[in-house]
Amino acid sequence: MREIDVSAVADALERMCVSANVQLPGDMQRGIRAAREVEDSPIAATVLDQIIQNFEIAKEEQVPICQDTGMAVVFLEVGQEVHFVGGNLYDAVNEGVRRGYTKGYLRKSVEADPIRRGNTGDNTPAMITTDIVPGEKVKITIAPKGFGSENMSALRMLKPSSGLEGVKAFILDTVEKAGPNPCPPIVVGVGIGGNFDHVALLAKKALLRPVDSQNPDPFYRELEEELLEKINALGIGPQGYGGRSTAIAVNIETLPTHIAGLPCAVNISCHVTRHETEVI
Amino acid sequence: MERHIMLPLTEETARSLHMGDSVYLSGVIYTARDAAHERMIDGLAEGKAIPFDSKDAVIYYVGPSPAKPGQVIGSAGPTTSGRMDKWAPTMLALGARGMIGKGARSKEVIEAMKEYGGVYFGAIGGAGALLAKCIKKSELIAYEDLGPEAIRKLTVEELPLLVLIDADGRNLYEEGRAEYLKGREQKGVS
Repeated sequence: MREIDVSAVADALERMCVSANVQLPGDMQRGIRAAREVEDSPIAATVLDQIIQNFEIAKEEQVPICQDTGMAVVFLEVGQEVHFVGGNLYDAVNEGVRRGYTKGYLRKSVEADPIRRGNTGDNTPAMITTDIVPGEKVKITIAPKGFGSENMSALRMLKPSSGLEGVKAFILDTVEKAGPNPCPPIVVGVGIGGNFDHVALLAKKALLRPVDSQNPDPFYRELEEELLEKINALGIGPQGYGGRSTAIAVNIETLPTHIAGLPCAVNISCHVTRHETEVI
Repeated sequence: MERHIMLPLTEETARSLHMGDSVYLSGVIYTARDAAHERMIDGLAEGKAIPFDSKDAVIYYVGPSPAKPGQVIGSAGPTTSGRMDKWAPTMLALGARGMIGKGARSKEVIEAMKEYGGVYFGAIGGAGALLAKCIKKSELIAYEDLGPEAIRKLTVEELPLLVLIDADGRNLYEEGRAEYLKGREQKGVS
């Protein structure tokens, strides 16, 4: 058993909210630069140059890459030997988010009620997912998620008979419908399997995987490559002005599913796909 | 074509802009997003005037992040314009001339642009740190309670934009993509 004071979680998140929003992860930087190298449309190349210039300015001046500093999407992997002391864990997560977004001059984008609206003023509550894992450590990941791309995401309960072709068609259709809105070049997080709620979470978790990583399953690795090629043949291009670089990566995560179903979720993320992890 | 324009944006200038033109705007623009548009348009029905002079105005769909000490404004890139489609024809009818944002617009908005002589400019979505450098002054003028969605009067210098849809209804999202795909086909790229 290891005791961890929840204030350590709050302190980590306070730091991470800020750094995740001002510094684009290395994999995304490399992905965008690589897209620029192969871009064959002049207008798209100009857009990519400005996108690169923007994340360089953000890092240099420690300002948010994008004004939409997102909802604070927080993943906790808690070792089952951990005993939290000093208060409630989720209160500590929200305290870290509150301090990070306030002290870090990040935008407060959370409405207290979805219909009646009203800004909470401190970007809380965070959207928290907790997994219990073996061990005595706590892995904290924050992935600030803007809504330009979140709004273009979709979930479909496909039939088993829809099969692989149905999955491909749904993913391509979702990217096509999104068009210029989600700030391409995008990252396409795909969840396949599980059930209604878990498939959405899979798609979100797929966005945490580095864009230059490979799916360990050769079947899904090939599917990711095929879909990326097809998406980049759509011609939407950076910002939708026309060009090759519509997506930087397609990341697929899967779960076993029911005999009657084939759930598929597509969580689209913009060229400012941010995530940061710390282990306590 | 490259154009450098001083605001306000007259109908004559607006109608002379064409899809694909690279435009640098200087002068005063106003910020408004979903909540501000809703409040402005609802207010009209109650006889309240909108909080700025709409004639020949350019509206930037943006909710900036807060300014750090010493900064004029935080990061300030465009939000998705389609969410403002519900109110944009009314704003154009009130004399607003330009909209700055990103993403597709509805047929109704494009028809209103043609009728009144409006232009839809694109700023690069997600390039908030870069775009903020062109904002020289920021003043909150209405709806402070809306936080990032409050209306701000911004003074900009050479704000880099692209004409996405012009007053003739030509649309870069459609034509730019079609042209790229045509070029690709001609080059024999599968």
